[in-house]
This record gives sequence, C-alpha cells and structure tokens, in this order.
Amino acid sequence: MVTTTPLEEQLLELAGSVPDPELPVLTLRELGVVRAVRAHGTDSVEVDLTPTYTGCPAVEVMSLDIERVLREHGVREVTVRTVLAPAWSTDDITDEGRRKLREFGIAPPRTVAASGPVRVELGPTRTRDGDSADGTREPILCPHCGSPETELLSRFSSTACKALRRCLACREPFDHFKEL
Amino acid sequence: MTTTPAADTVPTAAALALGDDALVLSHRLGEWAGHAPVLEEEVALANIALDLLGQARVLLSMAGDEDELAFLREERAFRNLQLVEQPGGDFAHTIARQLYFSVYQHLLHDRLASGDGPFAPLAGKAVKEAAYHRDHAEQWTLRLGDGTDESHARMQRAVDALWRFTGEMFQPVEGIDGVDWPALERDWLGVIEDVLGRATLTVPDGPRTGAWRAGAGRQGLHTEPFGRMLAEMQHLHRSHPGATW
Repeated sequence: MVTTTPLEEQLLELAGSVPDPELPVLTLRELGVVRAVRAHGTDSVEVDLTPTYTGCPAVEVMSLDIERVLREHGVREVTVRTVLAPAWSTDDITDEGRRKLREFGIAPPRTVAASGPVRVELGPTRTRDGDSADGTREPILCPHCGSPETELLSRFSSTACKALRRCLACREPFDHFKEL
Repeated sequence: MTTTPAADTVPTAAALALGDDALVLSHRLGEWAGHAPVLEEEVALANIALDLLGQARVLLSMAGDEDELAFLREERAFRNLQLVEQPGGDFAHTIARQLYFSVYQHLLHDRLASGDGPFAPLAGKAVKEAAYHRDHAEQWTLRLGDGTDESHARMQRAVDALWRFTGEMFQPVEGIDGVDWPALERDWLGVIEDVLGRATLTVPDGPRTGAWRAGAGRQGLHTEPFGRMLAEMQHLHRSHPGATW
C-alpha cells in the first residue's frame, strides 16, 4: 500500500466529490471509480480513474469534471489516467451509494458471487434471474415499494450498466444496476 | 489518457488482431440500430456493440493511433477474423455469430486475464462483459432453436452457414503467449455442442475452414462483404479528415 499524504487525501476527497454524469445522485467516490490521487509538488496532480465498463462513454466527462474541480481548487496541472486493473466491480459501490441509488429509483446491485457466465433457463423463470433460480441469492427488490416480486423486462437498459425490470406488486418499471 | 504498457512490450500484431475483432463486430452490431425486431433487442445489441468498441479503443491504442488504425487502414491491413465481418443476415445469423464469437472471446479473455501479459488488465474487464454477451447469445439460441418451426429452421441455417468461419478462431495469434489453443478449441466445442443440443439444433459437421486457408482474416484476407462494410465505416472520416463534433 502506498502511503498518501494529507494533501493527497484532501485532493482524493475533492476528486471523489464529483457527481457521476449519468447518475448525478452518486459521487465518483460512492461509485468507486476514483482509485488514487498522486501529488507531485503542490500544483501537479495525477488521478487514477477506472471505467465501469470498457466502453463507458461517461469516462471522458468524468475526467473533464475531475480536472475542472481540481483546477478550481488551485491545482495547476491535472492528469487523469484511465486504469483497467484491477477491474471495477459493482462491489466497489459504497453502502451510501447503494442507498442513494435506491432512493433515486434504481435497484442497487447485489453482492457479486462467483464470476463467470450465469446459466439462465428459459420457461417458468419470468420473475427469477437464472442466478436466483437455485434460491441462493437475495431477490432484487423494487426500489419503489420494496416488493421482492419483480420480473426482468430486458437484460439491457438505458445504459450498459443497467437492466430493465418491472415490479409485479406496484407495476412500476425500474432500472436495476446489474452485478458486474 | 488510457494507460498502456510501453510500446516496446506490446505485441502489436496481437493487439491489432484482438482490437480488429472487437471493432468490426461492434460496427456490424451497430448496423441493427433502427432495425432490430424489438426495442429491447435494439438496446441490447447497441450495448454489446458499445462494450466491444470500448475494448477496441484500448487494444488499438496499444498498437498505435486508434483513429488512424480504424479509419485509414485498407482492407488488407485489418487482422480480424472473417467470422466477425460477416453481415448480420437475418436475426438468427446475428445470434449465431454472437454465440460463436462471444463463447470464444469469453474463453480467450478468461485465459489472458489469469496471466500477466500485456493484455491481462483489459482481459480482466472484457471477460466480464463477454460473459454477459455469451449469456445473451445462449438465451436467444435456445429461444430460436427450440421455438417455432420457422425460427428453428432459420437458426439451424445460420449455425450451419457460419460454421466454416469458426476454425480460424483457434489458429494461434502471434504475440499471445501462454494460451493452449487446442484446449481452447476443445472447450469452445464443448460449450457450443451443449448449447446447440439444448436448443434442439444439430451441430454442423462440415469442415470449419471454408474455401480459404484457415486464419486468412488474421493474415489480411477478407470476404467480399467486408469491403463494403469498411467503406461505410470509414467514409465520414476519409471525406472530412480531422473533423470533430
């Protein structure tokens, strides 16, 4: 573990306070995508940012926002580096981030179990994900009414990181931040 | 801005091969925008295309300037598999192409991610994305294969038609070390046989090398539809060099 200076911690907090461009209720720190900040002297800073998905188009906006915020706080030179490893996982979203997602109407991701492809059987599985068919995983709760009875409408939704579901109790459709 | 290993440690040929696979398939999937059978599927195919485009950008940046490589190379300079350049055809053809490629990509990136080569960081992300693409393709294969007589017939036609392009996937790629290609092929065959079996489809038994020597795409020899695809993909950039939004 590299030791961070008090200045770097302060800058990390600043960079992490930037709202996510697509989910503005979350900060980048809550999303878990700001990995590290390194200060070289007092006016040159390097920020490590990791993308959620490789092709996530929000990364460029995130970089610009981080640069802007740090510059506003007197840092003259800001470099944002995109780092791929270790790969981001939805487990990196903080508890506070999960709470905010739910409040915003998005079902937060569940904890990721084993990696690898998930077997999904067709047929009588309308209200179950393949991974919950064996009953070992918690259900996805409706962010509006809290019901565990929800069905998958589409495995892909408004952004690469979400799936579209519908609540069978209150009938509201909602986005689910899918586990990665 | 993307972090890449120092240029002299990157096997450029391998970065091009993997990057071109992702770029070309991404473009082919993007062709469904506005034409997919249902809105959800349009979103799904666009999302998969976006994942692949992200992978392509990282890989091509390892080999050089991503825009120059994507938009200014001639057909013969592309190193992608012939499988990924095949036209979408009917929806069954697109799904068969997705099934064959996503299973291959998932198995390959899983191996690359566990090594310590230059592709390990990207593979660690791509393997998760490919797992989801593979699941999407498997579900559609089951649904179409074990669906109506019409969907079954079309899906069988599609898996048969694209079968000859699959042998090329297991030709060793120069610069990728530590991958047991024959084992990769056995694993791939095992998955494909399992999925096609569950989808009540027959595993094609024809040769998997086609009329060309296997590995032709990796050597820059492409099928006829690829030229037209490239013309469309590169037209804007070539007509307006340096244009920005």
